[in-house]
Amino acid sequence: MTLEVNGKTFETDEEGYLADLNDWEPGVAEAMAQAEDVELTSDHWEIINFLREYYEEYQIAPAVRVLTKAVGKKLGKDKGNSKYLYELFPYGPGKQACKYAGLPKPTGCV
Amino acid sequence: MSEIKKFMYVNRKAPYGTVYALESLEVVLIGAAFDQDVSLAFLDDGVFQIMKGQDTQGVGMKNFSPTYSALGDYDVTKLYVERESLEERGLTLDDLLPLKYEDEDDDWAEKDSIKLVSREELAGLMEDQDVLLNF
Amino acid sequence: MATLHTVNKSPFEKNSLASCLSHLQSGYAVLLFEDGVYGALRGTTIATRVEDAVKSGRVYVLGEDFKARGLDEGKMIEGINVVDYAGFVDLATECDRVQSWL
Repeated sequence: MTLEVNGKTFETDEEGYLADLNDWEPGVAEAMAQAEDVELTSDHWEIINFLREYYEEYQIAPAVRVLTKAVGKKLGKDKGNSKYLYELFPYGPGKQACKYAGLPKPTGCV
Repeated sequence: MSEIKKFMYVNRKAPYGTVYALESLEVVLIGAAFDQDVSLAFLDDGVFQIMKGQDTQGVGMKNFSPTYSALGDYDVTKLYVERESLEERGLTLDDLLPLKYEDEDDDWAEKDSIKLVSREELAGLMEDQDVLLNF
Repeated sequence: MATLHTVNKSPFEKNSLASCLSHLQSGYAVLLFEDGVYGALRGTTIATRVEDAVKSGRVYVLGEDFKARGLDEGKMIEGINVVDYAGFVDLATECDRVQSWL
């Protein structure tokens, strides 16, 4: 599968995850969100950027439980809970936020 | 949920030459979702998995050694390294990644995940497990 | 005359390197690559035998594999030469035959 963003073509897998995370640019997240009728706010971006930093450091997309705890530590308890994260990303922070961030599907996420 | 069991992942292979090390790490990360008492043992060539300074750019493979540093986030905090295996390979603890975790029960104090144990001690730890998973 | 011996298995898991070292004939070159690079480490249980091989012939290690595994030249037995992929090819062509110890 491919994704068209501003005239550029990006390779994705059959579930829409970016094939090569090095190809990622903010426009990719915008396009993926638009396709799912989501308007990205600064709150969304905070999580997307957090995920990209996490991947940069540990080379994995964290499990939801791990993401929740890590967000809580970095951005505060009011954001480090599943209610907050699922409100931003109703399809699940793993499935949706990781995808927008250009990361692979979290290990163990089905 | 059934009662908590003691799981030990036994790592005995060097990284990159075979896929065992990476497979083990993935199973550990997936398995961490089930609240069990998990530990990892590194013995024989398995100690090479957590060497510092791995740089795989030249061989075109993914360097997965940074992921060991995330194990603490997954509540995997007991990494037993066998002293004799290090010595036979001319290595010391200083050659290994400084793997840490934050102890929730101790005001998030940062602690070492790596515990250096003798062959004898590791044998005893293995005897104490409910499940041993070998890679 | 000369044979290039390649070893790609860890000396602590298989006896490929030990057996290779026991079969060296004059003019030999030994190249350690993939998990075989662990044979180039100092202070190991097999280091003395590798040091002997360095004294009476040429021993090489593939730098890319060495670096991938977090090893550096400070940990390497003195006298071992580092080659890259192109150097590996040169060695193979310059020797009369290649023996791959698996």
